[in-house]
Amino acid sequence: MVENTLYSISLYLPEIVLVVTLCIIIVADLVLKNKEQVIAWIMLSGLATAGFFVIIQAGTVENIFFGMAALDPFATFFKVLLIITGIFVVLFSIKNRELEGYSSRMGEYYMLFTGMMLGMLMMAGATNLLLMFLALEIASISSYVLAGFTKRSLRSSEAAMKYIIYGAVSSGVMLYGISLLIGVTAATDIYAINDAISAGVEQTMMLNISVLMILVGLGFKIAVVPFHFWAPDVYEGAPITIAALLAVASKIAAFAMLIRLFSVSFIDASGLSATGTWSSVEGIHWNLLLGGMAALTMIVGNLTALRQDNIKRMLAYSSIAHAGYILIGLVIMSSEGLTSIMIYLFIYLFMNLGAFYVAMLFMNKAGTESIEEYKGLGHRAPLAGVALTIFLVSLTGLPPTGGFVAKLYIFGAAISAGWIWLVAVAGITTIISLFYYIRVVRNMYFFKPDEDAGRIEFDTLSKAILIALLVPVLLTGLYFQPVLEFARNSMLMFGF
Amino acid sequence: MELNIFGIGILTWIVFIPIVGMIIVLLLPDKNRNAIRWTAAVATGIQVVLAGIIFAFFDRAKLGINDAESFQFMEKFSWITVEAVPWVGRIEINYFLGIDGLSVLMIILTSLIAFIGVISSWNIDKMVKGYFALYLLLVTGMMGVFVALDFFLFFIFWEVMLLPMYFLIGLWGGPRREYAAIKFFIYTFVGGILMLLTMLALYFSVAYTDPATGQSVHTFNILHMMNPANYVDGGLLSGVDTTWRYVAWMALFINFAIKIPLFPFHTWLPDAHVEAPTPISVILAGVLLKLGTYGLLRINFPIFPDATVYFIYFMAALGMISIIYGAFCAMAQDDFKKLIAYSSISHMGIVVLGIAALNTQGMVGGVLQMFNHGIITAVLFLSVGVLYDRTKKRGLYDFGGIATQMPKYTGLAMIGMFAALGLPGLNGFVSELFSFLGAFEAYKWITIISVTGIIITAGYILWTIQRVYLGKTPEKLTDLKDITPREVLMFVPLIVLIILLGIYPAPAIELMNSSLSHLVEFIHGGGM
Repeated sequence: MVENTLYSISLYLPEIVLVVTLCIIIVADLVLKNKEQVIAWIMLSGLATAGFFVIIQAGTVENIFFGMAALDPFATFFKVLLIITGIFVVLFSIKNRELEGYSSRMGEYYMLFTGMMLGMLMMAGATNLLLMFLALEIASISSYVLAGFTKRSLRSSEAAMKYIIYGAVSSGVMLYGISLLIGVTAATDIYAINDAISAGVEQTMMLNISVLMILVGLGFKIAVVPFHFWAPDVYEGAPITIAALLAVASKIAAFAMLIRLFSVSFIDASGLSATGTWSSVEGIHWNLLLGGMAALTMIVGNLTALRQDNIKRMLAYSSIAHAGYILIGLVIMSSEGLTSIMIYLFIYLFMNLGAFYVAMLFMNKAGTESIEEYKGLGHRAPLAGVALTIFLVSLTGLPPTGGFVAKLYIFGAAISAGWIWLVAVAGITTIISLFYYIRVVRNMYFFKPDEDAGRIEFDTLSKAILIALLVPVLLTGLYFQPVLEFARNSMLMFGF
Repeated sequence: MELNIFGIGILTWIVFIPIVGMIIVLLLPDKNRNAIRWTAAVATGIQVVLAGIIFAFFDRAKLGINDAESFQFMEKFSWITVEAVPWVGRIEINYFLGIDGLSVLMIILTSLIAFIGVISSWNIDKMVKGYFALYLLLVTGMMGVFVALDFFLFFIFWEVMLLPMYFLIGLWGGPRREYAAIKFFIYTFVGGILMLLTMLALYFSVAYTDPATGQSVHTFNILHMMNPANYVDGGLLSGVDTTWRYVAWMALFINFAIKIPLFPFHTWLPDAHVEAPTPISVILAGVLLKLGTYGLLRINFPIFPDATVYFIYFMAALGMISIIYGAFCAMAQDDFKKLIAYSSISHMGIVVLGIAALNTQGMVGGVLQMFNHGIITAVLFLSVGVLYDRTKKRGLYDFGGIATQMPKYTGLAMIGMFAALGLPGLNGFVSELFSFLGAFEAYKWITIISVTGIIITAGYILWTIQRVYLGKTPEKLTDLKDITPREVLMFVPLIVLIILLGIYPAPAIELMNSSLSHLVEFIHGGGM
C-alpha cells in the first residue's frame, strides 16, 4: 500500500489529466467563439493523453492513496475500454445532427462528458466503498444532465427526468446498503471488509440485506431486469451519442466495479480459483439469485426487443439483453467467468458502438429512427448498410464476427462450471434475438428504395470511423488470441 | 501424403480460392458484369481442377476417420493457443484440414456443383456483383465444412454459409422469398446453437496430454474427441452411455437432421427450394443437404458410438418415414420445384437408412447416394430452370408435349428423371440398391416398408414425365427454343457421371470403401 500522497498522484495521472481537460474546456468555453470543434478536439486530446498514461502504467500493481484506489492490470483493462469508448463517442458527437441546434452550449456538453469519463475511470480503480460511491455519483450526475441535453426536445427532458428519479432512488438504496455494510463490518476498504466477513459477522441477516441493496444500485447502472425500466426511455430520448455512451461505457464501468467489489469482498479468496461459490456471505444463494437475474434479463430484454420499431429503443433492449449474457460470467464467479466478461465487454464495445453509429448516420442523412423506414437503405448507402449488417450479425453472435467469440466464451465458461440450464436459456434467447436483428437487415435490403431517393454519401471521417469500428469486430472473430490474452493477463493480476 | 502449391497446401487452395474470387469480384466495377461472371467461373473452375488432382492422388487404401496419421493432404497449424494458467489449462484451436474416404467424394461433388451453379447463374441480371460475391462465400463455407478436422473450424465454416444463403434466397428468389429465407435462417440457426453448445461441452470434456510437454490440453480436435482415453474424469460427456452423452448426441443429431432434412425437421426445405433461384436450388439440394449426413458420419457416429448404437433404430425409423412421407408429398405436388424438393427429402431418407445400417454395404450405399443424389437433383433443378427461363412457369399442369418442341433438352432431362427413379444402369440404382441391401441386413421390416417408397417414386416421376414432356402442347407454349450451348455445358458433366457411375461405380466406391469399413468397425468396437 502506498501511503505517500505525492507518489500516489504520479500513479493517478489519467484521472488527473481528465480533471485538467475539464478545466481547460470550461475556460475555452468562456473565452473562445465558434468553439464547438475546438472543444471537441481538446477533449479528444485529453482522452488520448489519459489513454497514453493508462498504457504507460500498464503492468503496475499498486494500491494508492492509502488504499482508496488500486492501480492494477484489471483497472487498466477497463480504463482502456472506457477511453476507447470515450474517443469514439466524441468523434460521433462532432457530426451528430441532433446536437446542431445547441452549438452555443456544446462546451457544457463536452464538460459534462469529460466529467462522466472521469467518474467512470475512477470507478474502474476504486477499492474503498466511499470512493466507489463518489465515483459512481460523478458519473451518474453528469449523465443525468447529458440525457436531457437537447432540452427543447420533450422526449429528451422526459428521459432526463425518468433517469434522475430512478437514479436517485437506486443511489439512495445503494448508499443505505453501503452504510449498513460499514456498520456490520466496521470497515470501508473492500479488503478489510473481506477480512471482517471471513472472521465471522454476527449480523448475517444485515449483511445479506446490505449486499442486496448494493446490488440494486449497480444493477440499475448495468440495466439488468428488474432494474431496467429506465433504459429504453432514456436511450430513446437522450441524444444518440449519449445513448451509446450509456449503453457501452456506463455498463463497462459498472461491471468493473461490480466485479471488483463482489469478488474481493464477498467471495472467499480461495473460492475464486475453484468453484466460485460465495462462501463468505451465507444466507442467500447468491449464484442462483444472479443466475435468475441473468436469465430474466436475457428473456425480458430479447422478447421486448422483438416488438420495437424505434432503432434506439431496439438497441436499448438489445443492450439490456446483452447485460444478461454478461451477467452469466458473474454468476459463475470463477476466473474463467470473469475473463469471459472482459472479453465480452471488449467486443461488445465495438459492435454496439458500431450499431449506434450507423443508426446515427441514418438519422442524420435519412432522417429516420424507425426500423420500418429503413426500407431500401442498404441499397442507398452500401458501406453503412454492410457495416450495420455486420454489427447486427455480431450482436446476434454468428461467426466469423467478434460477437460469436464473446458468446462462445461466456457459454463455454458456463458449461464448464455446470450451469447448463442457464446456457440453455442463453441459447434460446440468442435464437430469439436473431428475429429483431435480422429484421433491420431485411428492411435495409429486401425492399427497393423509392425512385426519387438517391444514394446516401458520407464524408471521409464518417467512413473512417465506420471502418475503425468494423475492423476489430471482424478481426476478433477470426483471430481473438490477443484479446484473450489481454483479458486473461488482466484477470490474473487482479488485486495483489 | 501432402501436396503443396506455392508452399500452400492443396486443401487451403480449394477452400479459399472462392474467397480470392470474392475479393476480386468486390473490387471490379458494378457495370462490368461479364468480368464478374468470368471471375466466379474461373475461381470455381480452378476448384474443379484441384478436385481432379485430389482424386488422382488420393490413396484409396488409407483409413482415416479417427487416425490422424492416415488422413491425406493434411494441414495443421496452430491458430489460437493460450499458454497454461494455473486453473484453466492450455487452450488450443487449430487450423486443421485433412480428408479421408468419407470426405473426398463430397469435395468432388462440391466443386463440380459449384462450377455448374456459376454457369447456371449466367443469366442473373439483378445486382450481379452482390450475387457472385455471396455465392463464392457460400462455396468457401461448404468446402470448408468437408475438409475441417477441428470442431471450431467446422463450426465457423458451417455458420459462414448461413448469411450468404439467407441473402441469396431473400434477394434473388421468387415471390415468397422473404418468408422462405427467414425460415431457412431460423431453422439452421437453431441447429447451429445446439451444435455450439455440444461443441463446448465436448471441449471441456476432452483433454489430451501433449507428448512434448506433458501438459493437459483442452482441444477442439475432432480426432481427439473420438478417443475415449482423452475424456477427463468428471467431464460432462465423459463415460459411456451416460444421459448427457445421449443429450449431446441428440442435440447434434437435430442440427444435422435439420440440414438433411429429415422428417419432422424438413418443412423449411420446400419453401426454400421453391423460392430460391435455380442455381441456388442446385447448390442447396446438391451440396447443402449432404452436409447434414456428412456431419452425422464425421461427428455423431465416431464421437458418440455408444449413443449412436442406442439411437440407431430411431434414426432408421426417421429415415423410413422420410422416404415414404417425402415420396407421397412429392406425388401430391403440382409445382415442379416443390416436387423435386419433396423427392429430395425422400432420397435423403435413403441415405439416412443406409448409414443407419451400420454395416459397410449400407454405409457405402449411403455415401454414394449422397453423391448421386447431389448430381441427380442438380440435373432436375437445372431442367426446371431451363423451362422456367423460357416460360416463367413451374406448374406441372402448365406444360405438355415439351418433347416435341425441345427434343435435345428433353433427352437430357429424362436421363436425370430416370436416374432419380432408380433405373438400373444409371447411378441412382446402384446406391439405392446398396443402401437397401445394407439396411435389410440390419432392419428387416423397416427396410421392407421403405422399399415401397421406390414404387411411389416411380409413380410420381413417370407421372411428371407424362404431364410435362409428353402429351399435347398447350397453345401458349409454342415455339420454345431448344437449349443453348451454355445450358448443354452445365448438363453434360452431370449426365456423363450419371451414366458412368451407373455402369461402373467402382471408382467412386474404391475411394471410400476402406474408410467406411473402418468407421463401421470403429463404431461396433465402441470407439476402440
